[in-house]
Amino acid sequence: MKKHLVSANDLTKDDAVLVLDTAKELAAISDGLVKKLPTLRGRTVVNLFFEDSTRTRISFEAASKRLSADVINFSAKGSSVSKGESLKDTAQTLQSMGADAVVIRHGSSGAPHLLATRNWINAVVINAGDGTHEHPTQALLDAYTIRKHLRNNTGDLSGLRVAIVGDILHSRVARSNAILLKTLGATPIMVAPPTLLPVGIKDWSGEYSYNLDEVLPEVDAVMMLRVQQERMNDAYFPTAREYARNFGLNIRRQKTMQKHALVLHPGPMNRGMEITAEVADSANSVVIEQVANGVSVRMAVLYLLLGGTNNETGDKN
Amino acid sequence: MSANSRNSVRVVLESSDISRALTRIAHEILENNKGSKDLVLLGIPSRGVPLAKRIAQKISEFEKVVIPVGSLDITMYRDDLRLRPPRALAPTEIPEGGIDHKVVILVDDVLFSGRTIRAALDALNVIGRPSMVQVAVLIDRGHRELPIKADYVGKNIPTSLIETVQVTLADFDDASENVTLFGGEG
Repeated sequence: MKKHLVSANDLTKDDAVLVLDTAKELAAISDGLVKKLPTLRGRTVVNLFFEDSTRTRISFEAASKRLSADVINFSAKGSSVSKGESLKDTAQTLQSMGADAVVIRHGSSGAPHLLATRNWINAVVINAGDGTHEHPTQALLDAYTIRKHLRNNTGDLSGLRVAIVGDILHSRVARSNAILLKTLGATPIMVAPPTLLPVGIKDWSGEYSYNLDEVLPEVDAVMMLRVQQERMNDAYFPTAREYARNFGLNIRRQKTMQKHALVLHPGPMNRGMEITAEVADSANSVVIEQVANGVSVRMAVLYLLLGGTNNETGDKN
Repeated sequence: MSANSRNSVRVVLESSDISRALTRIAHEILENNKGSKDLVLLGIPSRGVPLAKRIAQKISEFEKVVIPVGSLDITMYRDDLRLRPPRALAPTEIPEGGIDHKVVILVDDVLFSGRTIRAALDALNVIGRPSMVQVAVLIDRGHRELPIKADYVGKNIPTSLIETVQVTLADFDDASENVTLFGGEG
C-alpha cells in the first residue's frame, strides 16, 4: 500500500480487498467482548477538521481509540486557523507535536494532497473528505457494506451494478465510490439531472443516466447522495419538490428494484428530499449499518497505514 | 529461501510421524488434565488451527466427547509490528462457552522465540480468564527469547539460527505432509 490515503486511486484491487478483509476481522473483534486492541499504543492520530462533520470524525476517533492510539481533535473553529494561520503552519505545528497520522477534512479540494506531498510533515495523511474531490474511507465502508450483503463478505464486487444518485457534481463520495467500485470490478452508474453531473462525466469510469426509473430495476444497490445545499450557489433544479419527484427514492420506486437490492446513504439524510423516511427505514436500507461498518473500515485503514514500519509500507509516491 | 547449493534440505518428520506425535500429545493432554473436562483447544493461525482440530478430534475419539476448538489470531498483539510491513489478519473464533474457568491449550506448529505465545497470552487476557493455559507445539526448535516453555512437544529439533523449519500439512497447504529443515551446512 502507498503511505497515504488521499484518493481512492491510491488503492489497487489487492489493497482494497486487503482493507475489506482486515475490516472483517476487526469487525468480529468489535462485536465481541474486546473493544480495545494494543496495536497502535504510543502512536498519535490527529483529527484535523476544517469542516463540520459528525460521523466521520467520531468514526475516526472511535477507530483510533479502539486501536489504543492517542487522539488529538482539532477543529478549525476556536483554533488559530480562525486567526488566519495557513495550512502549512498548522501542519508544521502538528509535526513538532509528533503526530503519526493526520486525518484531514478540508473544504478545499486538494488540501490532503498538499499535506501528503509537500514534506511539511512526516505523518501518514488520510483524507476524510476534501471539498468536492474525494472521500476514500466512505467509499471503502460502502464497498464493505455492499460486499457483506451481496458477496458474503469475501473477495471483490465483480459483476455488481451500483447506482449513485443525486448531486454527483458536488459529491466527493460519488467520485471516490465510482473509482473504488470500478477497482473492485463493479459498475457504477451515475444518475442525476444534467445540471448536477460534472462536465467530464463521460471520462469517469462507469456509466451515467438522467433517468432514475430506467436504472433502478437493474441495479444491485443504490446509493442516494445528499443534496448539498451549502455548496449550491446557483439554481441546479427548479424546486426541491421537482427534484424529489424525479430523483428522490420513494416506496413506489423501491418496489421496482430487485429483491436483494440495497439502499445506501452516506448521511446526513434529507428525509423527504432525496430519500423518503419509509425507504430510509425499510428492510433493505443499510444506512445505520454503514455507520458501524465505518469504524471497522477506518480501524483497518489505520492499522494498515500505521501498524507496520513506515518506510516499508510505502513512500513510493 | 536461498538457493545456495551448500544449503541442505532435510525432512525431519513424515506424515505418519506427525500423526503419531499428535496422538501422543492428545494422550498427554488427557493424562495431565485427568480427562477432558473443561478443555478448550485454540489454534494459532495459520497452521496451529488445523493442528488444534486434529488433536481435538483425537481426544474426541479416545474419550467420546466433543472438545471445543477455535482459533486465536495474535497479529494485533505482536511486539514486532513496527519492524515489518503490516500483516493480514486471520480469524479469531472462540468456541461457545468462552474460555472463562476453562483449561485453554494453545496449539502452534513451531515454538521458536516464544514471542508468539507471549502475544497469545495477551490476546487471551482480553477475551477472558482461563483457569489454566497450556501450550502444545508440533516442533520445538529452541532459541527461546522469553521465559516460556511448551507443555506438550511433538518433537524437539535442535537447530541453528540460520536454519528454518517448515511445517506442511496436507489439509492446509494442499501439498505432501512433512516437517522440513532448510539451511545450514547439512
